[in-house]
Amino acid sequence: MTLTPPATAEAAAARVEPAAVDTIEGRSPWQLAFVRLRHDRVAVGSSAVICLIVLLAVLAPVVAHLLGHGPNQQFRTTGLSAEGIPVGPGSTFLFGTDDLGRDVLVRVLYGARISLLVGVVASGLAVVLGVIIGLAAGYFSGAVDTVLSRFMDVVLSLPYLIFAIALVSLLGPSLMVSVAVIAFFSWASVGRIVRGQVLSIKEKEFVEAARSVGAGHLRIMFVDILPNVLAPTIVYATMLIPLSIVFESTLSFLGIGVLPPTATWGNMLSESIAYYRVAWWFVAFPGLALLITTMAFNLLGDCVRDAFDPRGNRLFVAVED
Amino acid sequence: MSLLEVEDLQVSFSTPDGILRAVRGMSFSVEQGETLGIVGESGSGKSVSTQSIVGLTEGARVSGQARFEGRDLLTMGDRGLRRIRGAEIGMIFQDPLSSLHPHYRVGWQIVEMIRAHEPVSKKQARLRAIELLGLVGIPAPESRVHDYPHQFSGGMRQRAMIAMALALNPKLLIADEPTTALDVTVQAQIITLIKRLQQEFGTAVIMITHDLGVIADIADRVVVMYAGKPMEYADKRTLYHQPHHPYTEGLIGSLPQTGGRGRPLKSIPGMPPSMVQVPRGCAFHPRCGYVMDRCLDAEPPIREVHGGIDHRSACWLPPEAVGRRTDDSALAAQSARRHGGDAVIEPASAAQESTPA
Amino acid sequence: MTRQVAGEPASQVVAEPLLQLTDVVKHFPLRSSGMLAGKREYLRAVDGVSLEVRRGETLGLVGETGCGKSTLARCITRLYELTSGTVSFGSADISRLSARRLRPYRRKMQMVFQDPYGSLNPRRRVGSIIADPFAANGLAKGAERKRKVQELMELVGLNPEHYNRFPAEFSGGQRQRIGLARALALRPEVVVCDEPVSALDVSIQAQIINLLAELQDKLGLTYIFIAHDLSVVRHASDRIAVMYLGRIVEIADTEDLFTRPRHPYTKALLSAAPTPDPDLVNDAERIVLTGEVPSPVRPPSGCRFHPRCPRAQSRCHVEDPVLESKNIDEGDRAVACHFPLADGESMMPELKEPS
Ligand SMILES: Nc1ncnc2c1ncn2[C@@H]1O[C@H](COP(=O)(O)OP(=O)(O)OP(=O)(O)O)[C@@H](O)[C@H]1O
Ligand SMILES: Nc1ncnc2c1ncn2[C@@H]1O[C@H](COP(=O)(O)OP(=O)(O)O)[C@@H](O)[C@H]1O
Ligand code: SF4
Ligand code: SF4
Ligand SMILES: [Mg+2]
Ligand SMILES: [Mg+2]
Repeated sequence: MTLTPPATAEAAAARVEPAAVDTIEGRSPWQLAFVRLRHDRVAVGSSAVICLIVLLAVLAPVVAHLLGHGPNQQFRTTGLSAEGIPVGPGSTFLFGTDDLGRDVLVRVLYGARISLLVGVVASGLAVVLGVIIGLAAGYFSGAVDTVLSRFMDVVLSLPYLIFAIALVSLLGPSLMVSVAVIAFFSWASVGRIVRGQVLSIKEKEFVEAARSVGAGHLRIMFVDILPNVLAPTIVYATMLIPLSIVFESTLSFLGIGVLPPTATWGNMLSESIAYYRVAWWFVAFPGLALLITTMAFNLLGDCVRDAFDPRGNRLFVAVED
Repeated sequence: MSLLEVEDLQVSFSTPDGILRAVRGMSFSVEQGETLGIVGESGSGKSVSTQSIVGLTEGARVSGQARFEGRDLLTMGDRGLRRIRGAEIGMIFQDPLSSLHPHYRVGWQIVEMIRAHEPVSKKQARLRAIELLGLVGIPAPESRVHDYPHQFSGGMRQRAMIAMALALNPKLLIADEPTTALDVTVQAQIITLIKRLQQEFGTAVIMITHDLGVIADIADRVVVMYAGKPMEYADKRTLYHQPHHPYTEGLIGSLPQTGGRGRPLKSIPGMPPSMVQVPRGCAFHPRCGYVMDRCLDAEPPIREVHGGIDHRSACWLPPEAVGRRTDDSALAAQSARRHGGDAVIEPASAAQESTPA
Repeated sequence: MTRQVAGEPASQVVAEPLLQLTDVVKHFPLRSSGMLAGKREYLRAVDGVSLEVRRGETLGLVGETGCGKSTLARCITRLYELTSGTVSFGSADISRLSARRLRPYRRKMQMVFQDPYGSLNPRRRVGSIIADPFAANGLAKGAERKRKVQELMELVGLNPEHYNRFPAEFSGGQRQRIGLARALALRPEVVVCDEPVSALDVSIQAQIINLLAELQDKLGLTYIFIAHDLSVVRHASDRIAVMYLGRIVEIADTEDLFTRPRHPYTKALLSAAPTPDPDLVNDAERIVLTGEVPSPVRPPSGCRFHPRCPRAQSRCHVEDPVLESKNIDEGDRAVACHFPLADGESMMPELKEPS
């Protein structure tokens, strides 16, 4: 080390600080967030719960096979009391039976398949759509932004339940329609968040730097801006999954989602309403399943946010900056 | 008795990476009416060492002593500190926007500040606020008291901060990089203002800055900080012309000098250490051009360099090594170390010199 | 940073202009205050700048915050569209070229940004940041790209092994080196440095200034060097242009400007700069400008500096001085002032207004 600056760049390279040479491979913000998540007990707990639910959903047919109870199989004799009332939890029916003498446990597990499928697929669609439209709106200001933003405003201000009912009565209820309806009513909020983020990120000097080296619009949007809005988007997506699950349950509950006899938590809740005085298990287990699932996703969402942003405010860049 | 006497101040934070020792034994004193400069690179602990003595470092472990007119600030507790902050110790921070509340009018903030400490009517406090804004050179203060901070320019905000800091006639003003965010023209205005107010009211000032130009202008005595420790104490002339510590020398050498165009600047290689893992021995040794064997594992104590005047330095170089930069002996010492031969400064004699008798 | 014009003394030869700005104007429209607001108002960030940048020189640009330095820099590199005026690179007018036609010129003019934190994408590895110019222009693929990136990293004094790291793992000075490596990737002729060292500590600042000088010598670069620290600009520049409210008020060789400022604003600016030498601090000589910089939305009439100028006379209120060489100077300098200072003249106007 000398006090005079080295005359050549070689020497300059040689004086790179030894303190910094510990790890050559830098850890990405994603990796850092992941490491933080792994050290967060709530995150680990909620992920474990989610994994368990996924596992149970996947294994639903196995459980049904082991118990010898199909999801739509009606046990008129063993599953209903003499008065035709569902039987409570016991050794044959661990979670009791429903009004048609079907096994609530098996149906809850089969319901999880629908809920998770709809939750994940619909949120995924909403996120992809929202990110692309939000990115375009935020990046190209002016007419593009005006049109897209107004469109998002319109979608967000639609009374979604009424429109969902109307749409479903037009198209007829089905799983696909449920997914489409949920995605359609969810993407705009993602789009708005992304647009806001992009508006502030595109003012950063690194975007200008990219322009100054000759990068085109697409490259700037997807290489420079997108990675910076991904973190808040992922957080929002984690929060969107439980919303979609609840949305799907609502649709099913109202009879405009997935049709009976397919088991979904919404269907089961809807059917159980009339029996809640005599058969608490019929309401409680699907309700509990819904609650635990949404809780787990929401908690995980919180943790993901904290992991990306340990100090509490850098993830959502301040727009006034 | 000095106005403020800080002794062996230690401040540490616990961070995810480990214990961050922001200040590792800082001592200084401020006399009535004088200006003490604290210089150092960013992260060297300048702000923490002053904020911790007035109780503004949350979550920090603070030890040592800080006597303000004989009262120990560190053991005083929050209520006592609150009474002292503002009333007896005024403070100005680097970022005038974040230290003024954006939602309240500037005048109101000054009024509240006065009324928090003195039993005066709103009207009196408002008159005082107007007077203060005028005093710090804000034109038409009667109408500007109604402005919000964002309606002020950067320089005006800093003036408003100074007005607030001076509202209660403090005995000590801590100015933490008050001009770093400002233009030279505005900086000159602010420094002139601080000097004028100091003469008028006899306030003592601690001027924290990384700008040696500001120090040369305003300070009487200077402490150079590096890695949470004081490296050198001197009056500003001695510091500029006869620095003892290689870090001070490096800082001064890094400044572009008049007439030095086209020649490379004498930069300090490397960068400041992480405060979580401070190098063993002399904290400056990885960047020091004079480093000797003993520097690697023995931490140099603060020692007198000059008798008579207060000039102390924390470096193993012998006291005579003062003011080397005039004769470029840095290179000589360098080669001496490398080739094990003798040069202007002999490591061996340096070692003897500093062995305690 | 010395000029390398075939061994000739810097101030004598007027080297070939590499960049020529003519009457460059950049106005930003302000959001009109009401729905029915009549005339739209403009913020005149750059308001008629003409200057030339000579091959191999370092042209310093100084002025207070908001005077339009960065805006001018972005006009030169065509990051902003000009409101009017022209920028010529060599003999080609590049101010109206389409993005595609501009590409070859973009490669020759690169920029180093002020904020070492904001100018590097936090989510990308430095290797890919430095490779951006190659990727954006479809050059040097695969292993060759990586080799070139590592060469660049070495050139600016970074450890080439660190190409897989993220910007957050580098200090401010190292980040500025990364920005410099990116700027140098396409072997530009002109590098516009917008306050490249303002955010750095003194000791690190010196490293970067030395590096810039070294690279200029090695690669024959031309710099436009923006800074607000006058001692840094003085150290780094061959010529200096002083800006005030969107205009250049004085342009001269560095030493001329510092030793014999002609424009009252230049003089005030120089006197305000802190001297890092206690013996040279002289309050008596310091001209503390009063008041604030006026708003660039409605700049003052006549000479824009007149509300703050101690020498202002009635002529200054009405007549806008043009930037021109005055006969008191032989050298290469231009001043926009009706009453420029003579050598060593004090600020206070002794001269009476010529009738
Ligand atoms: N994109 C923009 N839209 C509107 N106004 C702008 C924009 N960019 C800059 N300005 C304004 O133009 C003027 C000049 O700004 P510029 O950034 O060029 O100043 P500068 O001289 O570089 O200042 P600094 O020293 O603070 O960097 C300022 O008043 C600024 O507020
Ligand atoms: N609240 C805090 N928590 C953790 N570390 C801190 C905190 N405040 C300051 N530090 C650290 O303490 C060190 C000294 O900081 P500071 O005194 O602000 O430096 P400066 O000399 O620039 O004023 C730095 O490494 C900084 O990161
Ligand atoms: S003690 Fe040694 S390493 Fe530290 S500053 Fe002095 S000579 Fe340099
Ligand atoms: S033209 Fe007049 S007002 Fe402008 S700088 Fe010259 S003397 Fe001052
Ligand atoms: Mg600080
Ligand atoms: Mg700027």
